[in-house]
Amino acid sequence: MSGQTFLASLQKRFGDAITGGNFEAIDPWIEVSPEGLVDVCTYLRDEASLRFNLLNCITVVDYFEPDPKKAAKAGFDPHLELVYHLWSIPNKTSLVVKVMLPRWKDDVPGELPEVATVSGIWSTADWHEREVFDLSGVRFLGHPNPRRILCPEDWVGHPLRKDYEMPLDYHGIRAR
Amino acid sequence: MATHLDDPRIIEFDVRTDEMLVNMGPQHPSTHGVLRLVLRTDGEVVSECVPHIGYLHRCAEKIGENLTPRQWIPYTDRMDYLAGMNMNLGWALTVEKLMKYQLPEKAKHLRVIISELNRIASHLVGMGAYGLDLGTFSPFLYAFREREKILDLFELACGARLTYSYLTVGGATHDLPSGWLKKCEEFLDQLLPVIVECHTLLTTNAIFVKRTAGLGILTPEMAIDYGCTGPVLRGSGVDHDLRRDGEDRYTDMYDGYAFEVIVERDGHYPRDHQYPAVPNSAILGDCWHRFYVRMLEVMQAIDLVRQGIDRYSTAKGDFGTPVKLTEKLPKGEAYLETEAPRGQMGFYIVSDGGTIPRRVRARSSCFCNLSVTHELCRGCLIADVPAIVGSLDVVMGEIDR
Repeated sequence: MSGQTFLASLQKRFGDAITGGNFEAIDPWIEVSPEGLVDVCTYLRDEASLRFNLLNCITVVDYFEPDPKKAAKAGFDPHLELVYHLWSIPNKTSLVVKVMLPRWKDDVPGELPEVATVSGIWSTADWHEREVFDLSGVRFLGHPNPRRILCPEDWVGHPLRKDYEMPLDYHGIRAR
Repeated sequence: MATHLDDPRIIEFDVRTDEMLVNMGPQHPSTHGVLRLVLRTDGEVVSECVPHIGYLHRCAEKIGENLTPRQWIPYTDRMDYLAGMNMNLGWALTVEKLMKYQLPEKAKHLRVIISELNRIASHLVGMGAYGLDLGTFSPFLYAFREREKILDLFELACGARLTYSYLTVGGATHDLPSGWLKKCEEFLDQLLPVIVECHTLLTTNAIFVKRTAGLGILTPEMAIDYGCTGPVLRGSGVDHDLRRDGEDRYTDMYDGYAFEVIVERDGHYPRDHQYPAVPNSAILGDCWHRFYVRMLEVMQAIDLVRQGIDRYSTAKGDFGTPVKLTEKLPKGEAYLETEAPRGQMGFYIVSDGGTIPRRVRARSSCFCNLSVTHELCRGCLIADVPAIVGSLDVVMGEIDR
């Protein structure tokens, strides 16, 4: 199935939940709305001709430029990009699913954006989503154990955000 | 020892036991690195096992977002420090994928030789240390002696023994020195009997089989669900190896090489006739199978290195030309997974078009492999926990971000 027909069939099935896609990129990707993520992912895993049964990786790319001069030239609005790398063991194909999120929920700084968990579809998402929450600050609704995984429980901030500032000290230990 | 108790109450006839929380680690001998396991035990039976990670946390990804791809190569060494070459290779291939860089033929064969040699070294440590976890000492010493010889070869090639930074974006930092191939072949010739000896000492050892067979069974469905890869996945009988099934950019390296994916088919492994067969008590997906897959992969890697040496010595072209340290990256993103000794190592790079990438991501195999421990350890005995965790062969440096 070529990229465009695949995208068209997805759009026919899920309507507005599929918000875009690019099959000319190095890794072809589709863009899904946060609301439609779980439905689309369930379909991608279960559909007999697709069978994306291995979730390789969940990444957050932070599109934000702390320097206002550079931000004016950067050419993007500040947002987070949630990237799911899928692989199908039976078909030996890969697919990238992207979800665009605001940097802060309702534009209130400090309020983490939210998206539904896919750990019910791929169990491996459990740890991956905890890592994403810990390092990039995205909350996963319905996650069975939504706690930090790499940083200590009481750590402040999400280190892989572009505007993260290292705390001066942690429990009396100089950090910077 | 490897007993699974469906109902832990049956052991509670005359000895009353209470639930207890037991900490294993942060530094436990069965792991390469710092891992803490919190066990909820009832007598000897483990009812829950929660791994805690993140004791290293060296900010590798954050550093990657402040350096050029070639400057980040040394940081990949320090992830899986037992297979630094394979980590270099994964990152180099990802950057080359983004840059659409084509390698000369000779560089590809050089990479096969080096990465497969490192696979042998890594599996030797995994195998030796696993034996040590279960109480055998000699295979550990033999394995480390052989690994030293591989490190000697690497030292000749690149000057380092652990953090190589040898394979880099655009090939390798320099060519193999003269006489290196001959030394490598001599090493491979004397390695075979050692591996056969390790098979006698471990694979067929009655105590070893009793302590590993039928323990920590990971079904193929669960392995895929939890994203387990590498020997852990193949030990569960899933026929998947990126050297054959992966992306073209990676499988190109192995184009024309004769090798078979090490996985059980109809109760038999490739080369079963040469080496001990599967014991009756072993169940597909248990600790014994994961160990055996690693042992057979050592034999396979020996073959691959030999083939690589043949091709390398006749191939035309150069060993590659490393790109500039501050080479401009094209705008875009690329993700690539390679088959590292512990499983699939994925790297992801997002570039805005400058020299420094916007996002660098490392997806490590150990991270996913370890996440399945709580399923495997449920209902086993405390003494079996090191056997299960050891069979996953985790390197904690890889889990760290």
